[in-house]
Amino acid sequence: MELAFYIAGAVAVLSTVLMLTRLHLVHALLYLIVSLLGVAVVFYVLGAAFVAALEIIIYAGAIMVLFIFVVMMLNLSGPAAEMEKRWLTPGIWTGPVVLASILIIEVLYLVRGSSTGIAGGGVEPKQVGIALFGPYIIGVELASMLLLAGLVGAYHLGHRKVEKPEIQHDADTHEGRAVAGGDLVLAGADRSARTP
Amino acid sequence: MLAGILFSLGLIGLLVRRNLIVVLMSLEVMLNAAGLAFVVAGARWHQADGQVMFLFILAMAAAEVAVGLALVLEIYHRFKSLDVDELSEMRG
Repeated sequence: MELAFYIAGAVAVLSTVLMLTRLHLVHALLYLIVSLLGVAVVFYVLGAAFVAALEIIIYAGAIMVLFIFVVMMLNLSGPAAEMEKRWLTPGIWTGPVVLASILIIEVLYLVRGSSTGIAGGGVEPKQVGIALFGPYIIGVELASMLLLAGLVGAYHLGHRKVEKPEIQHDADTHEGRAVAGGDLVLAGADRSARTP
Repeated sequence: MLAGILFSLGLIGLLVRRNLIVVLMSLEVMLNAAGLAFVVAGARWHQADGQVMFLFILAMAAAEVAVGLALVLEIYHRFKSLDVDELSEMRG
């Protein structure tokens, strides 16, 4: 069990180093996914299976989808097709695939064997839920407010940029939006004041 | 220990790399390392607080990445570049 912890940690650290030394964004994203999976396996070894599942779903799922969308949107302006073809040659996949297959073998071994954590039992999700909605209920409310603020902020930032080429005919709204750049600053100040 | 290594790697990436998206990814690694430290501490002392804190870090990271990537798109459309040095020079 100790060995599993160290292997997963080594995979996470190694893939993070490889992520930082890649020059292309897509390669760095692949190694970042492997790094997050490694940390998730570390959580599983520590007996926090619920947190490991959340890590995979939210980090390696949702946040990675956001990153990939942004990378794709930024590459659309150039000659993207042959660039992608050059980036995604099969040789590039070997590094992340090797690291991820190490993790998969380790998880299979762990699931096959006894599933007790390294710290002897670990913390059950039921305790986490009770603590979350008991003494930490204000934290939950603050997190929901933060997520709402993040949603509104991201919508506001992305909205103007998308709509600006489309409303060229409507001159005064366009000017109004351009002049009202101050409300972006106001929204930012409001959000940062609310978050702590 | 592992959390410290991951955190320092993320910090190095934050300082060394000049691409904004890589900087955001390094930020993710740093937040992840902080959450790992919380979970390890919670598993060490058999408390649920560590995982609660990890859930908060997760929510915060999601919101931060959404806003940060929207800002990156805005910056890219405005400056046609994602280089941090170039952005600071254009700003000042």
